[in-house]
Amino acid sequence: MKTLSGATVSEVKFSELEKKVKRENWRRIWFRFKKSKLSVIGLSMILILLFMAVFAEYVAPYPSHAGLYIAFKNAYKPPSIEHILGTDMYGRDVFSRIIFGFRYAFMMIGLVLSIVVPTGVILGLIAGYYRGTFIETVIVRLSDIFISLPPLVLALSIASILEPNIFNSMLAVSLMWWPWYVKLTYSMTVSLRNEPFILAAESQGASTLHILFRELLPIELGTILTKVTLDAGWVILIGAAISFVGLGAQPPTPDLGTMVSEYSKYLPEYWWMSLGPAAGIVLIILAFNLLGDGVRDVFAGE
Amino acid sequence: MTAENVTTSTRLQNILSNYYVRKILLSIVTLFGISILIFTIARVLPGDPARLALGPRAPEDVVEQYRKLLRLDQPIYIQYFYWLLDVFNGRFGLSLVTFRDVLTDIVEFLPATVELIIFTLIIDVIGAFSLGVISGRKPNSMIDNAVRIFAYAGIAIPSFVWAIILQLVLANWLDILPAYGRLSLGIEVNRITGLITVDSLLSGNLVAFADAITHLIIPSLSLAIGCIAQEARILRANLIENINKDYILNMYAHGIPSSIIFFKYALKPSMIPTVTIMTLDMASMLGNAFLVELIFNWPGLSRYGITAMLRKDLNAIVGVVLVIGLAYTIASIIIDLLVSYLDPRVRYKR
Repeated sequence: MKTLSGATVSEVKFSELEKKVKRENWRRIWFRFKKSKLSVIGLSMILILLFMAVFAEYVAPYPSHAGLYIAFKNAYKPPSIEHILGTDMYGRDVFSRIIFGFRYAFMMIGLVLSIVVPTGVILGLIAGYYRGTFIETVIVRLSDIFISLPPLVLALSIASILEPNIFNSMLAVSLMWWPWYVKLTYSMTVSLRNEPFILAAESQGASTLHILFRELLPIELGTILTKVTLDAGWVILIGAAISFVGLGAQPPTPDLGTMVSEYSKYLPEYWWMSLGPAAGIVLIILAFNLLGDGVRDVFAGE
Repeated sequence: MTAENVTTSTRLQNILSNYYVRKILLSIVTLFGISILIFTIARVLPGDPARLALGPRAPEDVVEQYRKLLRLDQPIYIQYFYWLLDVFNGRFGLSLVTFRDVLTDIVEFLPATVELIIFTLIIDVIGAFSLGVISGRKPNSMIDNAVRIFAYAGIAIPSFVWAIILQLVLANWLDILPAYGRLSLGIEVNRITGLITVDSLLSGNLVAFADAITHLIIPSLSLAIGCIAQEARILRANLIENINKDYILNMYAHGIPSSIIFFKYALKPSMIPTVTIMTLDMASMLGNAFLVELIFNWPGLSRYGITAMLRKDLNAIVGVVLVIGLAYTIASIIIDLLVSYLDPRVRYKR
């Protein structure tokens, strides 16, 4: 190990070291994360719900009840051993439908966040990096306009001009959501913009892409990740609200918000029908909030 | 440049650098932004507005004429200009739901929503501050832990679920509060302002006043609970942080009574983040009002808006969203002013 001339040897050593450091970092993150019992509970709740959503056909006691299915002789049954959460007006098992509802909920989170986060983050990085130029003004003013309306009102009005279905409601939520990520990334980028390490990279002739994605983004990633986990619950909430009003998924789609809305017409006599899917919504929001708190604690310590 | 000119220009500069003037000017810019956004939403609707308005069987030349009347043949920025002119004059057009002028509808339905939101805010402020102070004064006590659990419930349970639960429990099972509407059958109040609580007091009708209040409780509570929980938690955290600061310790050393220290010197700075977050809570209240009014059959602007949205009644949607945008902007200004009163530092920050 005395000779440094053996470049290949030292490079191998270096990459091994890097791997070790990475593993160590992960271990440290996990250690910090599991210090709070609530965040571990949140994570396991999400994993269980996700498992149920993915394997809904096998987990649900009556998979055929998810969509169109009619068995009037079983209608309006209160919770029992056969039907844990009772049955609805067509005799469908409410519990099975909720499990399929989780699938739509996770789809909503996945699709909305995968549209919104990259768009918002990239625009925020660009606006912050080109501070004081025309680009900054356009991006920041545009996102300010979107933020100046109450989010749910904006989402509802966008959803109202589109055809009511589950993908359009996801689109409406996405159109409403991106400015929040622009604002977050923009403010972080502005404060990092004139740090020495950025100037150093610039003076060495690093490309803009390198500075944005290799220098700035990794530092901001923790905060963005925290917002993503905390936002996942809000996505569910807004999506459920759109469905509840009737501007989102239409029956017989087993969407949680649609189910609450559909079943709330049978209140107060058949209360179990609407309380089941409502509890489903609450469970998934709660899980993401618990997880989000844990993620925040992990990155706040750095 | 004469001396007089200099003083007027510096005076103008002073006015413009004034915190409040700047805030209000920025809000006007925001309102223009909202109007552009809503105009865009109103114009991206697929299909020809003139054809939609006249129906499929109208002859082509009539449609063409109507298109000219709506100025659809002109460039988009001219359309926007005329549209803005119409909006300024309160000409939103006819509603396809009620077949009346949208402005008439807004005037009729707005007071019910205003009443609901004001009552919600009252409940919110009382609830958030009392819970926050109680749990902040005695951290990790029984009450504090109860508030913590309540806070998680408040954040995780959406307003419309609270509405269903509260309606079910308080109105249907316990039967102590009414489940729907603004007034019980048989009770009538002459419309003066449109706010039933105010109108009934003005006309001295105490029975109607009590009835209106009982109708307000469940809808307001379901709108307020989420906000209360969040605000109480933030207030608690800031109280605990401030109470451990040196200036508070200094006051204890001088023998100032602890209740004075707490309420006069620790509470005021701790209120700042709570009041700041109220802008966001106001936004969620205005949004959730759409669902809550639907559940409680509350004859307000939001329920009217939902009906309009479900029927794709564009004129009414534009009117409702503009009014809500205006209300939200005004509310944010008021909250900003409140924050600047509590925290003089923001007034001087550039």
